[in-house]
Amino acid sequence: MSVLLTHLQRLEAEAIHIFREVAANFANPVMLYSVGKDSSVLMHLAMKAFYPARPPFPFLHIDTTWKFREMIVFRDEMAAKLGFELLVHTNQDGVRRNINPFDHGSNNYTHIMKTVALREALDKYRFDAAFGGARRDEEKSRAKERIFSFRNAQHAWDPKHQRPEMWKIYNTRIASGESIRVFPLSNWTELDIWQYILQENIPIVPLYFAKQRPVVERDGMLILVDDDRLKLRQDEVIQNRMVRFRTLGCYPLTGAIDSDATSLEDIVGEMLTARTSERQGRLIDRDEAGSMEKKKREGYF
Amino acid sequence: MRHIRANEITGSDGIRDYLAAQEKKSLLRFLTCGSVDDGKSTLIGRLLYDTKLIFDDQLAALERDSKKHGTDGSGIDFALLVDGLEAEREQGITIDVAYRFFATPKRKFIAADAPGHEQYTRNMATGASTADVAVVLIDARQGVLVQTRRHSIIASLLGIRHVVLAVNKIDLVGFDRKVFEQIASTYAAFASSLGFASITPIPMSARYGDNVTKRSDRMRWYCGPTLLDHLESIVVDAIPQSAPFRFPVQYVNRPNLDFRGFAGTIAAGSIGQGDEVVVAQSGKVSRIKRIVTHDGDLARAVEGQAVTVVLEDEVEVSRGNMLVAPMARPNVADQFAANIIWFDEHALLPGRSYILHTETGQAGATVTELKYRIDVNTFSHQAAKGLELNEVGVCNISTQAPIPFDAYGENRNTGSFILIDRMTNATVAAGMILHPLRRATNVHWQVLDIDRKSRAVLKGQKPAVLWFTGLSGSGKSTIANLLEKKLYDAGKHTYILDGDNVRHGLNRDLGFTEADRVENIRRVAEVARLMADAGLIVLVSFISPFRAERQMARELMEPGEFVEVFVDTPFEECAKRDPKGLYARALNGEIKNFTGVDSPYEAPQNADIHLKTAGHSPQDLVEVLEVRLRRGGYS
Repeated sequence: MSVLLTHLQRLEAEAIHIFREVAANFANPVMLYSVGKDSSVLMHLAMKAFYPARPPFPFLHIDTTWKFREMIVFRDEMAAKLGFELLVHTNQDGVRRNINPFDHGSNNYTHIMKTVALREALDKYRFDAAFGGARRDEEKSRAKERIFSFRNAQHAWDPKHQRPEMWKIYNTRIASGESIRVFPLSNWTELDIWQYILQENIPIVPLYFAKQRPVVERDGMLILVDDDRLKLRQDEVIQNRMVRFRTLGCYPLTGAIDSDATSLEDIVGEMLTARTSERQGRLIDRDEAGSMEKKKREGYF
Repeated sequence: MRHIRANEITGSDGIRDYLAAQEKKSLLRFLTCGSVDDGKSTLIGRLLYDTKLIFDDQLAALERDSKKHGTDGSGIDFALLVDGLEAEREQGITIDVAYRFFATPKRKFIAADAPGHEQYTRNMATGASTADVAVVLIDARQGVLVQTRRHSIIASLLGIRHVVLAVNKIDLVGFDRKVFEQIASTYAAFASSLGFASITPIPMSARYGDNVTKRSDRMRWYCGPTLLDHLESIVVDAIPQSAPFRFPVQYVNRPNLDFRGFAGTIAAGSIGQGDEVVVAQSGKVSRIKRIVTHDGDLARAVEGQAVTVVLEDEVEVSRGNMLVAPMARPNVADQFAANIIWFDEHALLPGRSYILHTETGQAGATVTELKYRIDVNTFSHQAAKGLELNEVGVCNISTQAPIPFDAYGENRNTGSFILIDRMTNATVAAGMILHPLRRATNVHWQVLDIDRKSRAVLKGQKPAVLWFTGLSGSGKSTIANLLEKKLYDAGKHTYILDGDNVRHGLNRDLGFTEADRVENIRRVAEVARLMADAGLIVLVSFISPFRAERQMARELMEPGEFVEVFVDTPFEECAKRDPKGLYARALNGEIKNFTGVDSPYEAPQNADIHLKTAGHSPQDLVEVLEVRLRRGGYS
């Protein structure tokens, strides 16, 4: 009998192997749940890895308070449906100081409401391993990162001194206070993600599908008018356009694209002919050269 | 991924068909390596660019970056597509391996772009450990360099079987065929000992794209494939599916009392429901009851699949154990020889203890002997006291507990390990197992159907080890001999192990030093254990002067099976009897290490039976013994 595994089967097996390796070696792991498509795939794989048991770790959402409303609804629905333990953390100090993407710039805002918030949560619960949905094909510094990526006690990544990572043997040993970020989707491409969502029928936030939505054009991006905190600037008009999102984050920083893709097949078709990368719709990655690497060194995912 | 033209796909059926075709493509993982500035990153960038995998926004960023950091004058510096770290762009070098993904209509690829500097060799090894093909770049102006050789030998040690010799920057030597052929033959000559299955030299210019994805019309003398043609068509050898089943247990899944599953990734072969498997370490046999996945139970699972198996029987299995095919088991040993690549600033030192980590197992380990270091330039074997950063060598390793493994040449998954520093937790070495050492080789614990109990029942007796200890001449053998006669008459199956007799055979190589006495007792205790296991009543008549060894013997036996009989005759009495004339000679100094004279006897403190011989005949003493044994249910 000869059975050759398909490409997606191999990717799936690799991710499951990584999940189990963490569960077997760490005392207190957590999965970072960003509610996006990659997180949805990651969650699906976590359910598979431990079946018939539930994943032996909680899911953590860093809520910046500026996420798309539909993401929060979807998040709570998934938690109820799958019955996993959902932890939500917000940087309360940032909320008190009313840190927002409009007045403080995307860099400051992201640092305080995402990076610092994440570090706070990891310290609060004393997590020693944290799964993330990052892929190597997303960005140049991610392409360099290990699957098991060591963080010192300050949550910092040192890209010049990464541990060798041989075969499928992962060095999971850390000292007290140190941690490992774990990326089971490292070797997946954007196409693999969509293909897998299609194959496995994985639920995703409806914002990925095209629909008439109220948007304004700002700094060359289409920003969704998700709530009344978005103050219109002079000359800005709200237009109803058929749009969707390639990636999801905080609504004031995430650009929509004009699209007629209302099904998964449409989305894949659109992606195959796209002329820009998925990160193009993200303001935070363009602010300065090497910005992703800089954020990661500060503890960002 | 823009390489797909929109008109290739129509409607959602078209998408599904397209995706189905994607799924059928095979994946090739390759590595670019070689010396600094030979153009590795530029080559990967060129491949991505030519296969239309650069998005418009990335291209715009590349053009900006090329002006700021580019090492390529005015043009686009393709290396900046891959050199993703700030420090790399500033210094114009590659520090760590980058993984890039691309696909052509024929195949999917994961390219690992390795750094060329010697100080980052461990990052090159990281990329090589999962690669099928190594693209070794050479600057046509420089020819084969030390790093070319170092990377080639590491690729070879890590089991890469196919090499593409990319003779790059051929434009800078005027597309000279002679230069290309000279380099190709130099490389072929030195790599002949590295065991590559194929070496394919290709002249190219990564900067201008000659022979990368498009055939160059500036080298009409070259008739071979372009790099991409070759990568699309090369056949790499996977582990055959007929390979023996290997399942390293990763995680025990126990959600409730009714389910106990062993999760792991099949490292070799395949398995079906109902198949017999063996736990490599314990030899326990069971069958596969279920192969559980989230998508339903499977009838069969193959190499590469991550599954959870449930066994028919309640056998002891934990993380680090390996379930294997009964007829083709791996080695289970605590000593083996291995190739080592050393990654740490602190040198490898034989005798120091490290943590050895296989795919799922972990054990304390020491390098017992560094056999030699391999000079990466000449491939000669050199005697060495340790291995420095980035050096490679062959050594013997001893682990605290036996681990299951195959030779790395047979299976990368079950023949590999890393060493971790206990203090810093750094990954200090990669190891590729060559073979078990003879003294630990291939001894599997056999689990037999007829057990000790059934053998004893057939003999109608309770097995026992009656351990007679006492000074030389105390009367041990006399008493044991009389007792055996009585037991024999009663229809019991017995055997006497006598110190003097065993020293004529099994232990003829041992003397009377403390170390030899310890070994003497260890062997006899093991033999007694086997005989008791066979259902016999064993009478051991040995001086056995040390408490620790008698305790060791007791612990070897089943509870209640070991009966210590102290034949207590005072030294003066023994010396007076002196049946073999030994005391006289020892007291004269003619025999060294004689128990009671110049070697100690540690009398039992809590013997099961204490026979004081003074004033009693051996017959009387045997009667006492018989009573005690009957009371203990032995006769």
